[in-house]
Amino acid sequence: MSVIYVLLTISILVAVFFFIAFIVSVRSGQYDDSYTPSVRMLFEDELVTKETPTEIPTEKNPTK
Amino acid sequence: MFCCHGCKTVYEIFSTNDLSYYYDLQSAAGSTPTAIEGKYDFLDTAAIVEKLVEFDDDRMQIVNLYIPHVHCSSCIWILENLNKLDPFINGSQVDFPKKTVRITYNSTKITLRELVLLLARIGYEPYISLDDIDTKKKPVDRSLIYKIGVAGFAFGNVMFLSFPEYFDLASSDTSGGEFWLNRYQTLFRWLMFTFSLPVVFYSGRDYFISAFKGLRSQLLNTDVPIALGIFTLFVRSTVDIAFDYGSGFFDSLTGLIFFLLLGKFFQQKTYSFLSFERDYKSYFPIAVTRMTLEGKEESIQVNDIKRGDRLLIRNEELIPVDGILITGNAHIDYSFVTGESEAVRKKSGDKLFAGGKQMNGVIDMEALKSVSQSYLTQLWGNSVFQEDKSTKFRTLTDSIGKRFTVSVLSIATIATVFWLFYEPSKALNVFTAVLIIACPCAIALASPFTLGNMLRIFGRKKFYLKNTQTIEQLAQIDTAIFDKTGTITTSQKSTATYEGMPLTAAEESLLKNTLRASNHPLSRTLYDMLAEHNIVTLDEYEEYLGQGLEGCKGQEHIKIGSADFVGDHVPNDTLGTFVHINSNDIYKGKYIFHNQYREGISEVFTDMSKTISLAVLSGDNAGEKFRLGKLLPKHVPLYFNQKPENKLEFIKSLQNRHKKVLMVGDGLNDAGALAQSDVGIAISENINVFSPACDAILDASKFKRLYSYIQASRKAMRIIKWSFALSLLYNVVGLYFAVTGQLQPVIAAILMPLSSISIVAFTTLMTTILGRELE
Repeated sequence: MSVIYVLLTISILVAVFFFIAFIVSVRSGQYDDSYTPSVRMLFEDELVTKETPTEIPTEKNPTK
Repeated sequence: MFCCHGCKTVYEIFSTNDLSYYYDLQSAAGSTPTAIEGKYDFLDTAAIVEKLVEFDDDRMQIVNLYIPHVHCSSCIWILENLNKLDPFINGSQVDFPKKTVRITYNSTKITLRELVLLLARIGYEPYISLDDIDTKKKPVDRSLIYKIGVAGFAFGNVMFLSFPEYFDLASSDTSGGEFWLNRYQTLFRWLMFTFSLPVVFYSGRDYFISAFKGLRSQLLNTDVPIALGIFTLFVRSTVDIAFDYGSGFFDSLTGLIFFLLLGKFFQQKTYSFLSFERDYKSYFPIAVTRMTLEGKEESIQVNDIKRGDRLLIRNEELIPVDGILITGNAHIDYSFVTGESEAVRKKSGDKLFAGGKQMNGVIDMEALKSVSQSYLTQLWGNSVFQEDKSTKFRTLTDSIGKRFTVSVLSIATIATVFWLFYEPSKALNVFTAVLIIACPCAIALASPFTLGNMLRIFGRKKFYLKNTQTIEQLAQIDTAIFDKTGTITTSQKSTATYEGMPLTAAEESLLKNTLRASNHPLSRTLYDMLAEHNIVTLDEYEEYLGQGLEGCKGQEHIKIGSADFVGDHVPNDTLGTFVHINSNDIYKGKYIFHNQYREGISEVFTDMSKTISLAVLSGDNAGEKFRLGKLLPKHVPLYFNQKPENKLEFIKSLQNRHKKVLMVGDGLNDAGALAQSDVGIAISENINVFSPACDAILDASKFKRLYSYIQASRKAMRIIKWSFALSLLYNVVGLYFAVTGQLQPVIAAILMPLSSISIVAFTTLMTTILGRELE
């Protein structure tokens, strides 16, 4: 067996791996909304720092 | 990042207080207009909730709500932090382009109605209409992305595998070429073959299907030569490698399909926050309140309304079916249906038509028909709404495709016949080479890239088109029909300014209180404009029909109305609408009502009338005929009292005379005309508010640019024709190689992408220049 078969197999396997990754990402809907995540990312900082223990007092439940 | 300073402030307040400030706001939530409170009672009905939610188990529900108000980054932030406002909301995710929010919540603790009320309180009232439960959601079609993915993947790999062939063209094992490359040539070739299989049979499938359909209906569209080219490329390349004639054209083949699909993708610009397919269902509520025999109120779905049901219509609610008014102070705004802007008063026993909006308190009515049989909704039974406009229209590319196919086939035949006599062994080679090189890749790309780019440019100029075909149709328009109310007039209330001696506070108070009792549209406008005053009961009040009002309180006495009525001999200026004021028999001054026509309509009409014949169709009465006649060019015909069906028929009759008709309208009353016309443009003051089904939505602020948009469409079509000429040039060069029998794979591999890319660059450049001119 020539080494070229091994190399070809590896190169195609890598290509196929990325191809599958692409299909999976499209299928999961990642490309459906290309704007919101770009904004959401900017707000995420705040959320982490503000992650104090769940502080919502139930008597202030706005729907009641 | 923030749309306005206000949003930024809100964000800062929220983030510094960790949203706690919102709870202070919540305590004031009692000030929510009561109209909202009762509005969503129908969301307690299980059958309706079931149709609205996407997912439902015993504890958890997921709902996707459309929120028209979403407009900037802080909206996303607030809506995605809903779980901090209510602990029973598990999470929420905003889709900004679509203006929807998907909320997961604990349905045992918070009902859908409570959730919607919460959203309404923080200013994000969802829009829920009959459309939401009647149509099943279409699954997202991502097949084009998959096809591009497959083609791109194969294209890259085939290119990579073709490299040895490019660099090692003339050599072979015997002539001392590169050992590795020659030794495994066959393996490389068969790998390329394998990669091209999914491209031809999956990615390129649509071209075969379209060509087949075209041929079956005896139509030579551009997909015929494309399919022929793809097929020939594939078969010839397979034969080449099978019999070791050469390396085949797999790189060109995969590249061709990849570029073609990219063109398709580019053309497919959609405005996900707009809908061009709306019918009455998007306007109608899901449910109304029905009075049971025992006098109790219950929510029922609009579709379930039966003849004889007693319905309760609240303030600002839409009347869903035709019926008879039983009790209440009905003040119905039919602007939706007829275009008539003035609200009409109805007495008990009067007939009410579906589509009217109750403007004044609660009324009680009895249904006479079901929803689908009502006067307004019957319009949608017209066959216009079932037809697909796009199938009737032949695009420029298609009509060129026919001539192109014929000439390619004849060139191929002539060349083959020549070679059969001259050197028969090359004949088949030449025949396939002609079909390959003549594959109208560049022609097929010219139109999607030009029109796709125009679509984006128009979008930036607030002119939103349904698809690229609309541009082609717009370029051919020779007749334009305008609706009046809401289209060439503004829907905002007309304003008035005061001229004359200033009024004292007492006089103004008396004026306002006198106006309060009157229902004349001018009185209403003036009343809304004046500052708040205490309500006083007048000692005397009299309305003189067609003349004016007279009010008396203590010593004060006021007369409001026409110049003659007020009793002053002011110069009578006919250009405009005035309300004169006379206080205690002294002439004070007048309120001047300003022109409510859109800015620049005279110019638009004058410009357009040079190349397009125009007409105005109005659902209104002829009251405005004189004023409108003055504003518009003399020869523009004006038609009044046109019912929705009349408008539709009018356009049909023009089309029967082979006119290409543009309809510009705004409301549901134009829906039939918009659907019937070749291009239907809906004018919208606020694109978040719904427009009826149409081909394009134009922001009202850009109305005066309408003609320049039509001209730009015409220029875009000219750009496409130039690109056709350019790509024909490439084809001539390619055909030279093909006909003389010297088409090498590498020439094809250079020529095909080169022509495609230069066409794309050319059209992009030209349309960008065109876009600049539009400024």
